[in-house]
Amino acid sequence: MTDVSNKPPSVSQGSFGSQMMRRIQSHWRQIITVIPFFWLLFFFLAPFFIVAKISLAELAIASPPFTKLVEWTDSGIVTIRLVFDNFVYIWEDSLYFDTYVNSLKISVTSTILCLLFGYPIAYAIVRSGPVAKPLLLFAIILPFWTSFLLRVYSWMGLLADQGTINNLLIALGIIDEPIRMLYTEFAVYIGIVYTYMPFMILPLYATMEKLDNSLNEAAADLGSRPTNTFFRITLPLTMPGIIAGSLLVFIPATGEYVIPDLLGGGNVQMIGRVLFNEFSRNSDWPVAAAVAIVLLFILVLPIMVFQYFQGKASEER
Amino acid sequence: MTVSSPSGAAPWLDQNEQQPLVQIKGVTKKYGEVTAVDNVDLDIYQGELFCLLGGSGCGKSTLLRMLAGFEDLNSGSITIDGVDMANVPAYERPTNMMFQSYALFPHMTVEKNVAFGLEQDEVPKFDIADRVHDILKLVELEDFKKRKPKQLSGGQRQRVALARALVKRPKLLLLDEPLAALDKKLRKQTQFELANIQEKVGVTFIVVTHDQEEAMTLSSRMAVMDAGRFQQIGTPTEIYEFPESRFVADFIGSANIFEGRVTEDGADHVRVQTEFCEVYIDHGHSVKVGSKIWVALRPEKIRITKSEEAVTGPNQVSAVIDDIGYLGETSIYKVALPNGDIFDVTRPNQTRPTHAMQQITWEDKVSISWDSSSAMLLNK
Amino acid sequence: MYGNRSRFLTIMLTLGLAFFYIPMILLVIYSFNHSKLVPVWGGWSLRWYSELFQSPEVWQAVSLSLQIAVVNATFATALGTLAGLAMVRFGRFRGRTLFGGMLVAPLVMPEVITGLSLLVFFISLNQLIGWPAERGFATITIAHITFSMAYVAVTIQARLTGMGQTLEEAAADLGAKPFKVLTAITIPQLTPALISGWLLAFTLSLDDLVIASFVTGPGANTLPILIFSRIRLGLRPDINALATIMILVIAICVAIAAIVMFRQQRADMLDRQMAEREEG
Repeated sequence: MTDVSNKPPSVSQGSFGSQMMRRIQSHWRQIITVIPFFWLLFFFLAPFFIVAKISLAELAIASPPFTKLVEWTDSGIVTIRLVFDNFVYIWEDSLYFDTYVNSLKISVTSTILCLLFGYPIAYAIVRSGPVAKPLLLFAIILPFWTSFLLRVYSWMGLLADQGTINNLLIALGIIDEPIRMLYTEFAVYIGIVYTYMPFMILPLYATMEKLDNSLNEAAADLGSRPTNTFFRITLPLTMPGIIAGSLLVFIPATGEYVIPDLLGGGNVQMIGRVLFNEFSRNSDWPVAAAVAIVLLFILVLPIMVFQYFQGKASEER
Repeated sequence: MTVSSPSGAAPWLDQNEQQPLVQIKGVTKKYGEVTAVDNVDLDIYQGELFCLLGGSGCGKSTLLRMLAGFEDLNSGSITIDGVDMANVPAYERPTNMMFQSYALFPHMTVEKNVAFGLEQDEVPKFDIADRVHDILKLVELEDFKKRKPKQLSGGQRQRVALARALVKRPKLLLLDEPLAALDKKLRKQTQFELANIQEKVGVTFIVVTHDQEEAMTLSSRMAVMDAGRFQQIGTPTEIYEFPESRFVADFIGSANIFEGRVTEDGADHVRVQTEFCEVYIDHGHSVKVGSKIWVALRPEKIRITKSEEAVTGPNQVSAVIDDIGYLGETSIYKVALPNGDIFDVTRPNQTRPTHAMQQITWEDKVSISWDSSSAMLLNK
Repeated sequence: MYGNRSRFLTIMLTLGLAFFYIPMILLVIYSFNHSKLVPVWGGWSLRWYSELFQSPEVWQAVSLSLQIAVVNATFATALGTLAGLAMVRFGRFRGRTLFGGMLVAPLVMPEVITGLSLLVFFISLNQLIGWPAERGFATITIAHITFSMAYVAVTIQARLTGMGQTLEEAAADLGAKPFKVLTAITIPQLTPALISGWLLAFTLSLDDLVIASFVTGPGANTLPILIFSRIRLGLRPDINALATIMILVIAICVAIAAIVMFRQQRADMLDRQMAEREEG
């Protein structure tokens, strides 16, 4: 008690307050940087290391259902038990291997489809008049603000055996029996192209918009026909947009869970769905973690390419 | 270069001998309500360096783009070398264009940029290499052929653009503000280079510019454009010394313009009475006695002499120095006339101003005068 | 542009827009279908709307989702803005590359990976420090902040680079200290980006199913989780009704935003005309 009373509290408090203010004023840059930085380190990066750790553990009947990697033995020696069984299991089990291949096949094909349809749409918007342009751009962005889940759901009603498309085709007399569309790979393609198309169109639009029209005119002036101009001038110069858009579709589509689950049903195996089910139903966390790590390794290169382009784009701006 | 006949030097004067390379007849271009080019006619002959001069929005670039095939005509026709261009797309026209922004393909090297046009014509590969090499040598860029446009200076880019347009040996080269992006010093130097290159290759040039000095230096003939119409077409000297309207007199160079009334109209002279003095002109002019007319005087054609007494008489008037601007090579004097008008007068600074006493300075009483051949009469 | 390509482009654009909007329009139409079987037309009816409103489950899910979305949007905007400022205005600092990488990665990271890693993280954290004792509101919100702040940061970065540094330099030239420049110039200038960043984070949170499914606990059902559990088994007319309401809400918000923006533009234009008239 005497210790406390020895200090003049009012003075120390006052100087402490103003000192704080001065601290904040002189170190605010560091504070600003540190808060989001640590948030991401803590909630984004650290969790990946835990997943990596679990992928190297064994299944245990416990909660959580995996063995500890690092154990303190009685003698105080740390033992580290690394088990690569999970990865071997994924490699040897054709179910997982085929699922990875199938996921990549579906995401690559959908990316190409998005590009084939998105490119002319983006080009058409760039070529539109000053009034139509913002409206069209808006029309492309608008679906993005509505629920992803409901956009996928809307196709269930269209593609079902008793759905709108089949009903229409039967009413028109084109078919007698409904065509099976829902719960097929076809439905998954439709779903991915439908929901990810804006991610392709917007970066394409951004690069095309920057393109100087006099380059097209110069090519024409030098004797180049429109098709040739497209392949020699427009296409190479819009490559950054093509790469950005393709990665924005390809990377999330590879790990897609909702679309294969709702539109593919049990018939289309994609790795995101296997991962989710492994986790929630089988509760085999080490294997699920290993599945996630492998998926991450598959996607790490495209993600780094995307980051590289993202960084280059923001430097050029 | 030998001038064999007057018509060879000035084909536009000879009506019969030569067919014009470019014939523009009654061409009109409208954007909605705005008329960019308004019913213009123009003939341009083989080997000319023709300048279209005018302010922004006067229609000069639109006319150039119509020649290149980037804009459709609302009415009229364009004929190049006897062929009507109405349904010929840009990529099939015998013209090439040098763009104001140069429009160099950023993903191709200098060499590839220049070769692009030849590849379109399916010129054999070895031929392309030769022609690219020759043209790059002409514009002194052989050492830069592997570079991308980003790695070049403004002047080098300009020369690549020129080489790319010239390498196809077009019948007509269109240049849209070819020097606008260069800084002043480089621009002056390049003006002469451009004229030299044109002389060497013998291709007909049409240059669009807003810079009158550029037009005067470059062109064999020029057209002054305003509001979609030609105000006057002629050689630089004709346009400068014999402008047909106040617009042209004022747009090209500067001029002191004032009103007067014609008092005498002879075969070899004209007299005009103005508010402050009588103007005598020693050559004939088609005017009516008693009609209102404008007189224009170039500032460099006026002399200033110190004089305390008032003078009146033909082509001279008393004045007071109102202001002086020192520009280095010349000085500009603002002189106030008895009626309150202010005239610009320029004098070359032929000597260094060491003796302050001899100098004309502020508030000095002076008289200004000019030769009887100097004043220009303008009807509109 | 050249004739035939122009027609081709127009056709592609029209098909694209039809592809985007026809499924949504049909979704709305079928929400007024009386029949229990979604694609079989049984006459116009508001039956599914009344059923929807009588379901306490739906109301709970809506309430939970909105709470998470608001808290998430606010925190994500704050953190994303700080991150954007650090990236664009503070030049080089140690760990910038790692920081930049962590800011961009959530934009493309498959949701299953993010969700799984956050779940195991929360469980490990619980073992270590006893928190979070149970998963739900807090864990979902933290997970949402983590990925939405990346989107906000991108928006803020674009705005910061777009607006340049002239105003900030002018303020500094007039004697404002760096902290004052930040609060008096930079932040007010950022307002449009802050608003759009907040709305983006809000929408992302309302929209998320996968990550929330991983990190939620028993009983804490967000709206997407509820919808998903119902439509997994097939078409549900009450979900059509719910979808229609959500589309309507978004349409109203968008319309308000458009009107505000239009008014603002017109006011700016009138101001400018007025100023010019006074000058003349």
